[in-house]
Amino acid sequence: MSRELFTFHGGVHPPEHKSESSGRPLHPPLLPRELVIPLRQHLGNPAKPIVEVGQRVLKGQMIGEADGYISTAVHASSSGVVTAVEMRPVPHVSRLPDLCVVIETDGQDEWIERTPLDPHAMSLADLRMHVRDLGIAGLGGAVFPSAVKLDPGAHHCPVLIINGGECEPWITCDDLLMRTRADEIMDGVAIMRHLLGSLQILVGIEENKPEAIAAMQAAAARLDFAVEVVPVPTIYPGGGAKQLIYTLTGKEVPSGKLSTDIGIQVFNVGTAQALARAVRHGEPLISRLVTVTGHVLRPQNYEVLIGTPMRVLIAEAGERDGATGVVMGGPMMGVPLASADVAVVKATNCVLVRSAELFPPLPRELPCIRCTRCADACPAALQPQELFRFAKAGDFGRAQEYHLFDCIECGCCNYVCPSHIPLVDYYRYAKSEIWAREKEKRAADLARERHEFRQFRLEREKKEKAEKLAAKTQAARAQAASAQPAESPATAPSEADARKALIAAALARAQAKKAETAPRNTEHLTPEQQRTIDEIEARRAKIRELAHQPLETEEKK
Amino acid sequence: MLAAIGVMVLLAVAIGLVLGWSAVRFKVEGNPLAEKVDAILPQTQCGQCGYPGCRPYADAIASGEADINRCVPGGEDVVKKLADLLGVDPKPLDGALGEPKPKSVAFIDEQACIGCTLCIQACPVDAIVGAAKQMHTVIAKECTGCELCVAPCPVNCISMVPIEEDLPHWKWKHPVVMMKTVRTETRA
Amino acid sequence: MPAPFITGRASVTQVMGWVLIALLPGIAVYVWLFGPGILITLGMATVTALAAEAAMLKARGYPVKPFLVDLSAVVTAWLLALSLPSLAPWWLIVTGTLFAIVVAKHLYGGLGQNVFNPAMVGYAVLIVSFPVQMTQWAGPLALTGESLTLAQSAAAIFGGLPKGTLDAVTMATPLDTLRTGLLQQHTVDEVMVQPIFGQFGGTGFEWLAVAFLAGGLLMWARRIIGWQVPLAFLAGVWLTAGFLHFYDAGRFGAPWFHLFAPSVMLGAFFIATDPVSGSTTPRGRLIFGFGAGLLTIVIRTWGGFPDGVAFAILLMNVCVPLIDQYTQPPIYGATRTGKDTQK
Ligand code: SF4
Ligand code: SF4
Ligand code: SF4
Ligand code: SF4
Repeated sequence: MSRELFTFHGGVHPPEHKSESSGRPLHPPLLPRELVIPLRQHLGNPAKPIVEVGQRVLKGQMIGEADGYISTAVHASSSGVVTAVEMRPVPHVSRLPDLCVVIETDGQDEWIERTPLDPHAMSLADLRMHVRDLGIAGLGGAVFPSAVKLDPGAHHCPVLIINGGECEPWITCDDLLMRTRADEIMDGVAIMRHLLGSLQILVGIEENKPEAIAAMQAAAARLDFAVEVVPVPTIYPGGGAKQLIYTLTGKEVPSGKLSTDIGIQVFNVGTAQALARAVRHGEPLISRLVTVTGHVLRPQNYEVLIGTPMRVLIAEAGERDGATGVVMGGPMMGVPLASADVAVVKATNCVLVRSAELFPPLPRELPCIRCTRCADACPAALQPQELFRFAKAGDFGRAQEYHLFDCIECGCCNYVCPSHIPLVDYYRYAKSEIWAREKEKRAADLARERHEFRQFRLEREKKEKAEKLAAKTQAARAQAASAQPAESPATAPSEADARKALIAAALARAQAKKAETAPRNTEHLTPEQQRTIDEIEARRAKIRELAHQPLETEEKK
Repeated sequence: MLAAIGVMVLLAVAIGLVLGWSAVRFKVEGNPLAEKVDAILPQTQCGQCGYPGCRPYADAIASGEADINRCVPGGEDVVKKLADLLGVDPKPLDGALGEPKPKSVAFIDEQACIGCTLCIQACPVDAIVGAAKQMHTVIAKECTGCELCVAPCPVNCISMVPIEEDLPHWKWKHPVVMMKTVRTETRA
Repeated sequence: MPAPFITGRASVTQVMGWVLIALLPGIAVYVWLFGPGILITLGMATVTALAAEAAMLKARGYPVKPFLVDLSAVVTAWLLALSLPSLAPWWLIVTGTLFAIVVAKHLYGGLGQNVFNPAMVGYAVLIVSFPVQMTQWAGPLALTGESLTLAQSAAAIFGGLPKGTLDAVTMATPLDTLRTGLLQQHTVDEVMVQPIFGQFGGTGFEWLAVAFLAGGLLMWARRIIGWQVPLAFLAGVWLTAGFLHFYDAGRFGAPWFHLFAPSVMLGAFFIATDPVSGSTTPRGRLIFGFGAGLLTIVIRTWGGFPDGVAFAILLMNVCVPLIDQYTQPPIYGATRTGKDTQK
């Protein structure tokens, strides 16, 4: 029964703080008055809204459809009326708003008609389409659309790993899920097995969850196929996909590749359960388990409707004085939120209320002393101190050479650093800067291409015109030779005159129209605006001059 | 004596081989400098540098005619990269050419547009679509924000709208370093 | 501020504090062997270092307190003090410390930025500039028979001791004795019979070395230092010395003697392990340590200075960027990529 486990490099042992919330039973869903459901809850393209303001929607009704392959649908979590489709604050580090569907619930919680699916009666591709349209995305935190991950494609996926690691401190929702719904999880595993054709199924659960391990082992024993439930050592980030793969199989996901490239696919236990509900009951992903913990009176796990404002949960768990902020997720990788007014999304596994006692402000940052504690703790076996040096100096090329993009942003380096440098911040900054620059570069390349094409087009037009003119003059000469009066020179100016007249007429029309609408006239310009316009004018004149010079000389030749 | 000569000859041959190999290995084609410079320029094609576009300016830099601090949209960043590339000291932007502005795209007030096509003729990257007497529109994705279309418009219906940061374009900021005291930060 | 929101207990103060604690056994043995004079030296170096550090921080616009309590300046001061001769005059101590803190540390950018080990820079400057004063070692108690009192030491350090008395209590160190002996065409065996050479590393000095070794092991047990640098350093010393000794036992000292001349233990566990100026990769640390050990023997044997540890470490400091660059360890996802994935 016992299998050989492998120990990955690094890792840390932060205080677990799991007992606070794991002792209490699951709290049934609350029905808030207003649900705010973001359309971008998964990686890939955001869902496209398909409801209108004022429309009544039922619980489970699709309100946003998947847009493209890497996308999933979004559903109403309860029945009610759509009151807005607008930009609202969402739980994201940027604290920027995003497009959300706002539903005023009617309290009836009326389900839409649900049709269970028979996975064996349909093609795998169809089944995946259904999974996508039922909004299933990875519930472990990355929220990658599950339908995509369930498509083995060209890769053969003999090994399926179910991740019950839950290594982040404070969070216990997966633990509770495994303790109470092990059979449903296993049912989801059976569907995954069907879709992926996996031969070997491993469930990795950290040793600090003995009840969950027992429940899952019991559920596994009831299956008609083999599932191995493996207790793994408790160490952060042992529940990271790459780390769990290594612990269980001794294989490393090659840098820059996906786990499927080595024949392994990993799903979170919550995803398996959501998949089972979706397939067996036709229920879309409209709720999930969320740990509400930290600085609250009654830390507990909640079944939460997607779109429920976090404030509702915190109020239910008992708000306390002295809260200093709310984090979505755990203390190592969580997202600090601007306020508790944002809604729970598919990625929300934990609502962690901070206070000065539980999360004292980090000590002052000192310079790096190159002690390499960070390197010793890095589960990706990177050299965080070097990455930090390059990222800070803006030497992103070197940072990439030192494998910046293999950093999983786990925060271990940060945790052990005696100088308390916010190392991960620097990595995130460097990564996002590199992406932005690549984007800029692509935009510049596009602009260059279009500009070059335009140059080429102008050149060609000019040539064509010149040829035409030459042909015309030749014809005129031929006509002159036959002693006919030449008319052609007169036509050109008259054509131009006609065009000018047309423009003038249009101008008059537009000006009349403009006089009615908001005047945006040159008369009302501030001197500043006037100056910029003059500048642009002057620049243009100069450019015209410069641009025409070489061409003219060419023509003269 | 003979041995010494032999060693010298061998050494010379070896160095020659290395040199020859590196010449092949690191062969450069065409006029790579202008191309490298062009790759750094933002391709806004705005002409603020005094040249009719980014490529002509790149050629001018490569041939040593133009200074590296003339690209306003590129800002200090481009100056720094050019300085790196050319192995010269970076210098501040030429202030006479204008101040860097937040990146914007052109926006045509479609109510007022008379379809004169003048803006199309001005746009260096063909980012405006429309035909004579038809309403015109800017393809925001392709607009470089060069402002060249603003002035020619006879009805002043083109305005520049700064690009607002939204979720997909959001960037992490450089972490705040609080190592020094405020006093020197303001001084530095 | 984004995640993580928690941090471990480690701090620079704690790291440096452990280094200081690990030096205590060595200091105790020092006092027992050479009298309490070292305490004066330590105290003076500490005060000078802290004052210089505070002044430099202020001048560079850094907040003084959080940087002073990191204790890095104290570590530098103690390491320098322990490397100096026990009866070095006060101005020597102050000059060395000032140089270490002001030039070697702060002019290179302060904590974490210095390329060279500050204490060793201070030592090197002193030994180049004041070679004579740098030999004022009190003879070990066991040989001189009398211990210098605190007052006597103070007098020696502050220049209150007449020349004759000073000469009476100072003695050449074993390394010096060996060097001079060899220069006078004696063989190692002839030199080594002198009483200054104790059981295995020089009378008294050998116990000092053992105390430093104990402190080093303590730091290793507390994970303040890794095993790579000290082990490689000692191996470098032992193998090089052993090789030379094997080649010609008459001209080259025995490896054990070299190992337990105390500066090697101090260097291996406390100085070469300085994280800032050392290598940061596991393999790099092996190279760094071994190189420093090898150079120590080379300089001891052929160099013009009584001891080679300082110069060896400084030389290796220069090589660190190069070593680091070529010894990057494989990352996750790059080690077993080629392995067959089917099983
Ligand atoms: S743990 Fe901190 S101080 Fe130590 S090397 Fe890493 S970044 Fe530098
Ligand atoms: S955040 Fe990145 S660099 Fe730091 S320990 Fe984790 S993987 Fe390594
Ligand atoms: S100033 Fe405008 S045209 Fe000139 S290089 Fe910069 S972006 Fe290109
Ligand atoms: S639309 Fe206007 S601002 Fe945009 S690229 Fe074209 S000319 Fe420049």
